[in-house]
Amino acid sequence: MNDSEHIIVVTDLVKKFGHFTANDKLNFSVRKGEIFGFLGANGAGKTTAIKILSGLSKPTSGKAVVAGFDVAGYPDKVKQNIGYMSQRFSMYDDMTVRENFRFYGGIYGLSKQEIKEKTAYYLEKLKMQEFEHMLLRQIPLGWKQKLAFSVANMHDPGVVFLDEPTGGVDPITRRQFWELIYESAEAGTTVFVTTHYMDEAEYCERVCIMAEGRIEAIGSPEELKKQYGVPTMNEVFIKIAR
Amino acid sequence: MWAFIKKEFYHIFRDYRSMVILFGMPVVQVLLFGFAITTDLKDAKIAILDQSKDVVTSELTQKIISSNYFLLVENLESENQIKPALQKGDIKQVIVFEPDFARKLEKEGNASVQFILDASEPNTASMLNAYATGIINSYSMQKMSSLSALPATIHVESKMLFNPGLRSVFMFVPGVITILLMLVSAMMTSISITRERELGTMEALLVSPAKPVQIIIGKVTPYVLLSFINLIVILLLANFVFGMPIQGSIPLLLAESVLFIIMSLALGILISTVSKTQQQAMLLSMFALLLPTILLSGFIFPVENMPVILQWLSHLMPSKWFIIIIKNIMLKGVGITYFWKETLIILFTTLFFIVMSIKKFKLRLE
Repeated sequence: MNDSEHIIVVTDLVKKFGHFTANDKLNFSVRKGEIFGFLGANGAGKTTAIKILSGLSKPTSGKAVVAGFDVAGYPDKVKQNIGYMSQRFSMYDDMTVRENFRFYGGIYGLSKQEIKEKTAYYLEKLKMQEFEHMLLRQIPLGWKQKLAFSVANMHDPGVVFLDEPTGGVDPITRRQFWELIYESAEAGTTVFVTTHYMDEAEYCERVCIMAEGRIEAIGSPEELKKQYGVPTMNEVFIKIAR
Repeated sequence: MWAFIKKEFYHIFRDYRSMVILFGMPVVQVLLFGFAITTDLKDAKIAILDQSKDVVTSELTQKIISSNYFLLVENLESENQIKPALQKGDIKQVIVFEPDFARKLEKEGNASVQFILDASEPNTASMLNAYATGIINSYSMQKMSSLSALPATIHVESKMLFNPGLRSVFMFVPGVITILLMLVSAMMTSISITRERELGTMEALLVSPAKPVQIIIGKVTPYVLLSFINLIVILLLANFVFGMPIQGSIPLLLAESVLFIIMSLALGILISTVSKTQQQAMLLSMFALLLPTILLSGFIFPVENMPVILQWLSHLMPSKWFIIIIKNIMLKGVGITYFWKETLIILFTTLFFIVMSIKKFKLRLE
């Protein structure tokens, strides 16, 4: 495989906290424009891995290259080239939609003109123009999550990390949210997503399942289902996690 | 950076609770301390049991009443009325003149007067005692010198420098300034940082290209400005409502205050790094800052009267040094040469807090 096609390349990544090994020799890579699912039970080491990939924490050993930059050596470059959205992160409740866009655009170094264009573009796309001057706390959770996804995409990052983006959202809104994910993947953005919903795992092009700090399985949902001889991702997951 | 500061202002102005804390508290506190919690005595209610009813006792009674400290509400007739009078509660002191007061004074050269005080409020009682004793002493001095009975009397004349009226508000204003600056700066920053962590927005900021230093400076700058405005409001109130003077240089006072504000902010950041929730941050600020500041800084209780261990503890209170500085500037009107040591102490504390919080902040990121 040619490295230039890969936006994330992880080799022998190890992260230890004292005697506890949170990530044990991870090896995987993610292609440009791919929707990559990152699964695992709570405490399997997903969050630790995402923290390392997003430049927040340094690996104990091994190497991770994201968007062409080594995370240990150039965390700032990595940060400039990724988008991030977590389940808890739903922007600032006491600011309006527009102010949230302006703030996040500002910290990613977008010019005023760019912020204006992007804000207009995303609001139009989500058909949320009338919400522009509303405080975020007045907007339903599902809508907020869509806005948060747009904000994470505003500076056109090569890869977006979504940490359980659809937690607490109803199935219809989750569907709509995944349509957004598909759209941006088609536009060339890589989507790195963690989730607890196994139906969502089916939407991913490839998934990686972690257990006790190691990668237990990696491949497309079809491959994994065949490999474990079960009809759904849910059963694959239960087999591995147990 | 500007984006952070603007964002923080949105947070502050859209949360009416923080607005109330920020701007309501200073005004209420100053007025409260100034008007209500006063240790000045005025019109304390007293009763007199005059068993002599002669020229001297009525002259003394007149003197006591006209002092403004006392208000005569009842003339008692017998000794067994004394206790019930005090038990009622509004009468704080009973003055008893013995029978044949004037005659004894003239013939034997001494007569006695008895004070019976309601000591359920010890401070009030001892102050009333001192005032009344003073009045009677000065009266007897006068008498003595006019009779020139004693060849050598020592005449005490005291002058109260820096606070001639002994106004307690002069003592409270520096304390209130200290408490408010500390509270607003430390509590508000620690709460607002922990809130971001609770909401998860801190994560989003940390994965952005913005540097932690930028995030923190963006966070604290609005509070520096607001604390500064608070300071000015308190000073104006103190000056125009209570007539508290600023004898020394105003720029120096403001500069010292800014230093103290920065120290409190650093402390607030430190608090936020060790607390997980907003409530925890608030409790920590309250217990770690407010109580020790009130109790140990010499704001209300003089440090000199404390046990040695507490005196040592009080040296650790940055607020104590700041109160000394403000008093020096506002009341004594002296310059930096008189309190450069105190300034240095605050400066070092500031540096210490900044270094500590940077260390802690980095640890948390790992």
